[in-house]
Amino acid sequence: MRLLAFASRNGKEILRDKLTLFFGIGFPVVLLLLLSAIQANVPVTLFAVENLTPGIAVFGLSFLALFSGLLIAKDRTTALMQRLFTSPLRPSEFIFGYILPLLPMAVAQSILCFLVALPLGLSLSPRILLVLAVLLPADVLFIALGLLCGSVFNDKQVGGICGALLTNLSAWLSGTWFDVSLVGGVFETIADLLPFCHAVEAGRAALCGNFSGIFPHLWWVIGYAAALSLIAIWAFTKKLKSDA
Amino acid sequence: MTAIETKALTKSYGRRLAVDHLDLSIEEGELFSLLGVNGAGKSTTIKMLSCLTAPTSGDALIHGRSIVKEPQKVKELIGVSPQETAVAPNLTVRENLELIARLYGHDKKSARRETEEFLESFDLTGIARDKARTLSGGWQRRLSIALALISRPKVLFLDEPTLGLDVLARRELWQTIGQLKGRVTVILTTHYMEEAQALSDRIGILAQGRLRAVGTAAALMEKTSTSSFEDCFIALAGEGGTH
Repeated sequence: MRLLAFASRNGKEILRDKLTLFFGIGFPVVLLLLLSAIQANVPVTLFAVENLTPGIAVFGLSFLALFSGLLIAKDRTTALMQRLFTSPLRPSEFIFGYILPLLPMAVAQSILCFLVALPLGLSLSPRILLVLAVLLPADVLFIALGLLCGSVFNDKQVGGICGALLTNLSAWLSGTWFDVSLVGGVFETIADLLPFCHAVEAGRAALCGNFSGIFPHLWWVIGYAAALSLIAIWAFTKKLKSDA
Repeated sequence: MTAIETKALTKSYGRRLAVDHLDLSIEEGELFSLLGVNGAGKSTTIKMLSCLTAPTSGDALIHGRSIVKEPQKVKELIGVSPQETAVAPNLTVRENLELIARLYGHDKKSARRETEEFLESFDLTGIARDKARTLSGGWQRRLSIALALISRPKVLFLDEPTLGLDVLARRELWQTIGQLKGRVTVILTTHYMEEAQALSDRIGILAQGRLRAVGTAAALMEKTSTSSFEDCFIALAGEGGTH
């Protein structure tokens, strides 16, 4: 009951922020439309809608990390948090109260990307549902990143780290905008070591029905999501105590 | 019945003693003001009593529950209105009240019922659908106190509730706080002497982490042979005050 009440408040705080709506929903959709327009004029395999959509869906999640991080960082500096600390809300209810509303938001954001992709040429197929399932570990990964950044940094730092660094990292190193193997060398190695391109590749494999191609990539994402979730929960709990 | 009893309550940060062996007893329904200059130990005392920080040594009982051994039980008994306005900015006034009611165990239906009652009793009905961030400082503070009370706490901590308010808003809030007397045990911290004098049943004066004096405003003035409460406070809270 307490958890759901707190989760509902956090969901409303995020959704009622117009910037969140614009960047979380509007921006990925605009990018999808723009790159599809480029593809229509100058055909590039990478920008074909079945390759592009999973990439944009993953990239859109970085905004979710940004806004969840901002909410937590802002909350930590307000007297509201002091009020909540003196309420019977338990540490686990705090953590899951932030995570819970973000999961449906992440899924909704991905669904919207695919809905926009349909009129752009994406075939309506049950495999879209599979992609949404395959992207779930990526959802958790980005939510954990938001929780971690919001716990460790202040709202200005979160704006810089999640807003600039994370969105750029997840854009450049995901293979959505360009094939990282074309750059090669250290860049490709770093991209391979990070989870972003694996999340996109797993989504692409699921969408084109290459089922055996899903899991080599998905393990990377699941591993990162699990590790980051544990680190984020540890950091959040530690901060919860020190902020009080 | 005793609402709060502290037993040698102590908090130190490194070698600095913020609160030094505080022994204090506050009766149920009493409005008790805790006064002191900045750094005297007021906020640390409130933080310990509201389970925000653990004491270094000693203990306090809130309606018989130990803040050290049973903080979760204590949290169910208390309400806190922090110094800064503590509201969820993007929620409406009604949603803020419902949120806190539900955090204290009300289901949706009873939270709504409680909310309607508090909207009316705090004159918030007209702004119930307004987002908290759009309210003036006075209304936000009023909402903040309503939020601290909607859980129907046995003990309410008001940390400088009228700080930064204009004189009209302050007087209105005094009226609201005054109405709580006898129903809820209120611990008030303030820098406004006239506020403490007008509202309190008893006043405790802290200096350098130690409780220098406790009593009614009149009794403290008599004790220090001063004609104004401000002079009385200066005599007790200033350096070397040992009455």
